[in-house]
Amino acid sequence: MDLDFTPQQQAFRAEVRAWLRDNVPTAPLESYDTREGFEQHRAWEAKLAEGGYSSVIWPKELGGRGANLIEWLIFEEEYHAIDAPMRVNQNGILLLGPTLMEFGTPEQKARFLPRMARCDDMWAQGWSEPNAGSDMANIASRAIRDGEEYVINGQKIWSTRAVFANWLFGLFRSDPQSARHHGLSYLLVPLDAEGITIRPIVALNGKQAFAEVFFDDVRVSVANRIGEEGQGWNVAMATAGFERGLLLRSPARFQRTAQRLVDLYRRHQASADRDPSIREGVLKAWMDAEAYNLASYHTVGRLLKGGRIGAEASTNKIFWSELDLQMHETAMRILGPRAELIDDPEVHDWLEGFLFAQAGPIYAGSNEIQRNIIAERVLGLPKS
Amino acid sequence: MDFTFNEDQVALRDSVSRFLMNEAAPELLREIWETGGGRAPELRSKFAEQGVTALSVPEAYGGLGLADVDWALITEELGYYAIPDSLADTVYVATGLLCAVPEAEALREQWLPGIAAGTTRVSIEHPVNPWVADAHMADLILAFRAGADGVLELHALPRAGLEHAATSSIDGSRRLSILAQQPLGASTRLLAGEAAQAVADATLDRATVAVAGQLVGLAQRMLDLSVDYAAQRKQFGRPIGSFQAVKHHLADVLTRIEFARPVLYRAALALQRGDRNRGALISHAKLACAEAAWIAARKGIQVHGASGYTWEVDLQMFMKRAWVLDAAWGDRGFHKARLAEALLRADAPLGPAATLY
Repeated sequence: MDLDFTPQQQAFRAEVRAWLRDNVPTAPLESYDTREGFEQHRAWEAKLAEGGYSSVIWPKELGGRGANLIEWLIFEEEYHAIDAPMRVNQNGILLLGPTLMEFGTPEQKARFLPRMARCDDMWAQGWSEPNAGSDMANIASRAIRDGEEYVINGQKIWSTRAVFANWLFGLFRSDPQSARHHGLSYLLVPLDAEGITIRPIVALNGKQAFAEVFFDDVRVSVANRIGEEGQGWNVAMATAGFERGLLLRSPARFQRTAQRLVDLYRRHQASADRDPSIREGVLKAWMDAEAYNLASYHTVGRLLKGGRIGAEASTNKIFWSELDLQMHETAMRILGPRAELIDDPEVHDWLEGFLFAQAGPIYAGSNEIQRNIIAERVLGLPKS
Repeated sequence: MDFTFNEDQVALRDSVSRFLMNEAAPELLREIWETGGGRAPELRSKFAEQGVTALSVPEAYGGLGLADVDWALITEELGYYAIPDSLADTVYVATGLLCAVPEAEALREQWLPGIAAGTTRVSIEHPVNPWVADAHMADLILAFRAGADGVLELHALPRAGLEHAATSSIDGSRRLSILAQQPLGASTRLLAGEAAQAVADATLDRATVAVAGQLVGLAQRMLDLSVDYAAQRKQFGRPIGSFQAVKHHLADVLTRIEFARPVLYRAALALQRGDRNRGALISHAKLACAEAAWIAARKGIQVHGASGYTWEVDLQMFMKRAWVLDAAWGDRGFHKARLAEALLRADAPLGPAATLY
């Protein structure tokens, strides 16, 4: 057990820190769920890609740095320490990217990955449907083979970023006789194709954070299928644990929030201490953010020694989403009656974060589903 | 940067675990709980045969000279098998204390070989604990006490001649005493003032890490017992473990354990390295492991249903140990206060990567 970063890791940290210091926009960007903010974030992603930082763990030839997971943690620490902008294309980079790397043909990789890294393409996800949420295997949207094309009909919903994205990745039922997780295919669909209708959904914060996507005889080339026909479920799940469990939320993000929470508490300690549970909440936020960080370093250490991601994929999701809620709830209680003033500079980010934190236990597999996974696949309890 | 254990550390843990699985079965534990002395001397000699009693003793005295990080994994096993207090107190905490005091050379000569051989028991009196564990059978008591002038002193006291009044614990493996507070003379005094305080603080930190490790080990044991029970017990024609309400209880326990262990390991490393922030990191470990253990107890008894509320079912012994260790070597109020003090200082370990330095 050794907590010293190697000279190489320290050099990497220094390089990232200097680059961010020189390049992070001085004024905060608008929300990426507005047209203007989206374009600002896209420009920032392009700049990150120029520096080779859009996904440091990707191979160099695909626009990454070929960094290992310790360096990924270092990058994230520096990124959040300087309050760099939120990442607008994480769905593509974290969910589709690794799937393409594992299952894509050389042509598909060359066609999509560098553009994804530069944010030339903005990816929306097409998993959920009105009757396939937590029960994702209930997908009904069809992609019926017609020569060298699939003809897609159906509806996706809760497609994050779909309002401003130009591509969608998702699962479609290519075998109409099939049921559940059989007979699905993983397809990439250009959102400007004929027959597609995008209807924005206004989220809790009043912004168009996601959308419904309707498919009416949309024709997509067979070359846009990842993996074998009918194997889409396995293709989608193969990378899900690692990407969602480890990479989706780095610990630095929560450590930075915990740090801001301690600062907020110190500034308002006199009024906050009228409610002793606020101080307790501040301590808990720091402790759990630290625990998440230490658990991440522990997991990464195991993975670098050849271990596989296990229970962490689900316990992480539960832990960080509940931590994020708890931190923001505590901040709201410190801010007291001012907490509703969305334009107050001290309030704004906490309030936006509080609203977004409400979604954490729901997206990326609801926490109830994560608990089922833990109980059945880790603890070995019988299926319901 | 490698925040994992090496193969030797894991192999040692596995061997201690295998030994305890065979030698510290719940039946033996129950015997300890239900007999007056509260100890199984034959178990101690088996520990000695396995080398467990010599783990912390320096090589010069016939031991292995293990460090705190090695111990973190071992204390988890001691908790998992609910081994009574005197083992960790003697072979880890008191041994660490004796080795940390330059003035204790004669004591080391006198006591370390016996500790390594499993024939010597040591108890510690510390201001943070109102009682002393296992004083009634200790050969040596290391006592931190304020002298007549209010200055803290460390005394090495032979048990003979020291009055103690026993008091009972809900944990049947715990034997607590209050020692008579007669004035102590210079003949037993090892240290006084700042030097005594520094050793008292270091002892508190080491004992806290030992208790935290036992607590997370207890949490894992209660989870395992509850999973076994939920898989076997049937209601409505199916195992109760197939019901979501039960599954979610147990998934929550696992999650708390998963996020307590790394905190324990960081605390053990902080202790071993003498990190500047070790007090906060160690208090965090105690709080996180205690929380995991209490949740494991609460959810565990819920999953066991009425049988969890009986004396007969083993869960009770592990629950009670978790409940009492929660306040041993600093209750939650003590550790939260220590953590808050560290976090609200100007040089607090805040922000990304802060606690890794």
